[in-house]
Amino acid sequence: MIRDTWRIVRLGLKSLMLHKLRSALTTAGILFGVASVIAMLAVGEGAKQDALERFQDMGVTNLIARSKKPAETATSNSQSLWSALSYGLLYAEADLIQASLPTSVVARVREAKRPMIRGEHFHTSIIVGTEPSFLELTNMQVREGRWLGDIDDRRLANVCVLGATLTRLLFPLENPMDQTVLIGDDDRYRVVGVLSEQGRTAGAGSTPYDECMFIPLHTHQRRFGDVNTTRSGGSFSRERVELAEVKVKMPSSEDVAAGAQVIRDLLAQRIEETGDVLVTVPLELLKQEEESKRMFNIVLAVIASISLLVGGIGIMNVMLATVTERTREIGIRRALGAKKKHVVQQFLVEAGVLSALGGVVGVTLGVGLPFLITTWFAQKTIILPQHVMLAFSISAAVGVVFGLYPAWRAANMDPVEALRHE
Amino acid sequence: MAVAADGRAAVAQTAVAAESRAVSSNEIIAEFVDVHRHYKMGDNVVRALNGVSMKVSKGDYLTIMGRSGSGKSTMLNLLGCLDRPTRGEYRVGGRDVSKLDDDALSNVRGHEIGFIFQSFNLIPQLTVLENLEVPLFYQGRVGAESREKAEYLADRVGLGQRLAHKPLELSGGQQQRVAIARALMNDPLFLLADEATGNLDSNTEAEILDLFDDLRPDGVTIVMVTHNPTVAQRADRTLWLKDGEVEKLVTNADRADAAPTEESL
Ligand SMILES: Nc1ncnc2c1ncn2[C@@H]1O[C@H](COP(=O)(O)OP(=O)(O)OP(=O)(O)O)[C@@H](O)[C@H]1O
Ligand SMILES: [Mg+2]
Repeated sequence: MIRDTWRIVRLGLKSLMLHKLRSALTTAGILFGVASVIAMLAVGEGAKQDALERFQDMGVTNLIARSKKPAETATSNSQSLWSALSYGLLYAEADLIQASLPTSVVARVREAKRPMIRGEHFHTSIIVGTEPSFLELTNMQVREGRWLGDIDDRRLANVCVLGATLTRLLFPLENPMDQTVLIGDDDRYRVVGVLSEQGRTAGAGSTPYDECMFIPLHTHQRRFGDVNTTRSGGSFSRERVELAEVKVKMPSSEDVAAGAQVIRDLLAQRIEETGDVLVTVPLELLKQEEESKRMFNIVLAVIASISLLVGGIGIMNVMLATVTERTREIGIRRALGAKKKHVVQQFLVEAGVLSALGGVVGVTLGVGLPFLITTWFAQKTIILPQHVMLAFSISAAVGVVFGLYPAWRAANMDPVEALRHE
Repeated sequence: MAVAADGRAAVAQTAVAAESRAVSSNEIIAEFVDVHRHYKMGDNVVRALNGVSMKVSKGDYLTIMGRSGSGKSTMLNLLGCLDRPTRGEYRVGGRDVSKLDDDALSNVRGHEIGFIFQSFNLIPQLTVLENLEVPLFYQGRVGAESREKAEYLADRVGLGQRLAHKPLELSGGQQQRVAIARALMNDPLFLLADEATGNLDSNTEAEILDLFDDLRPDGVTIVMVTHNPTVAQRADRTLWLKDGEVEKLVTNADRADAAPTEESL
């Protein structure tokens, strides 16, 4: 059985060798089809992994409600000089969220933009006031020293933890531990810890956490207050914001949808009417991204199918020519006792061998292509063995499918006619 | 299956088996009973064969002659189970094959018939050995047995040293010898040859006809279409066709001892 199969395959190879160039050109269609299937799957897999990592950073079990300055309206313009524009999340709302989601972990976040000074070094960035749970919610690591504790908050201690980039900017040469950073004229904060590099672009708004300074929530509230005055041109604008952000971590990803619903219900008026709160659910974003990836994947699949289809048509074309050229051989074989099924088998195997040869070269090319894509377009690619197997199987299947009709034609020739054929 | 150490021994055994099939030397191995083959050409019907009855006995050497268009090839195609009669009965080894389906006819061709063609019809991309193995391949009998048999028959036709050659590396006469060896690979009931020497010069023709004579003592039966009276002379009998009917059946004088005389049917 195996010996006979091998014999048929060898026969197919021999017949293909009769027309080397023609066979080689025919395999090109399959070759590029297979290579593009592998490359596309590798790009798709890479992009998927990329998205997964990105949202995993944000925390797939997290929910984030963030204060946002509402779009300016006529009323806000006509405000008197000293009255403050009040918007965003309130302490009371954070308490309500925490009470409504008892199984969750909540971190309140305040933000203030200030110049920070250390000797002759100077940097303007965000000072984040937050609770101890913040570290767990953002998956950040303490590189040196410690993170903020409850006791710091209760004592309204002037202690801080620095992001990695900020540390480099303020303490390029010294060890920052137990040194002080000066904010404003006389507000000094003792450095109790330094964070590991986090490497993300977003954090406190558009400022990465690596560039931020972290202090206890109530220290922040006491030192900077809720009202913030900025001067632009000749006029002052005053804003009153209690909390910049409330981060909520649900026990598991199954609870995320319900948690999001609770928060959206609680903040419905703010989200829909005043528009000063934005709720972000990383898990939803991940799902949306997967949704849009699906469209992308469909497009890729269509393109790959088209190139395989073209390859398959090429194979069919060549097999039809082969069958016509070898009509006499078919007649001889039939006279010597070959049944129709034997003729079908012979030409199907030949078509299969032809496209599998294209498949082998296509796999080689397809495995190389993603490396080029990664180097040239900085697009992450991942080659999975099952994808390579899939692409190769498709190539062999294409040969068989498109070889069917020519093989059928060969088998159904009248033996007498076939023998008379020149 | 035990592999015989000697190819000759294996073939000798099958020859004995073939012999034991023959109840008597007059055993009828192929028989036409009022066979018709009509072709519809639009409104016309071409009666290529029109009621032919004839018998081939074991060991026979029969030639078929007749003018062009008299139905010789049509008759040979029917004898070779490549075609089915429109009407009438065709028995191979006592079994009516005129109504068999395509697969069953393929089996009859594969097991009972050996074909020799005017233009040799070896498969060009295969070696001599592989060409010889083709008939047994379709019976699932390729292996040590088929190889030994091929070697033995190649020797028998004088081409034992050419097994690895491709057909195009051989002369016409050599190719036809390979074709004859191939036709014998399945121990057929009879050989069918359509103008087997038509493409060969007269010396080579004589060699091939000598080879046929050599093979006859092994119990080989031959039916051959020819245009050449000298070729026909070397057979036992000649069947003359005219317009799809048997005109006469002539027993050649110098062969009269080899087969029963049958002047008419
Ligand atoms: N497939 C076919 N369709 C229609 N008519 C056919 C077909 N095959 C043969 N014939 C006709 O049948 C008749 C007998 O043909 P056949 O080929 O048997 O003659 P032949 O004796 O072999 O002739 P030649 O000596 O020229 O080979 C001819 O009239 C031929 O035209
Ligand atoms: Mg003819």
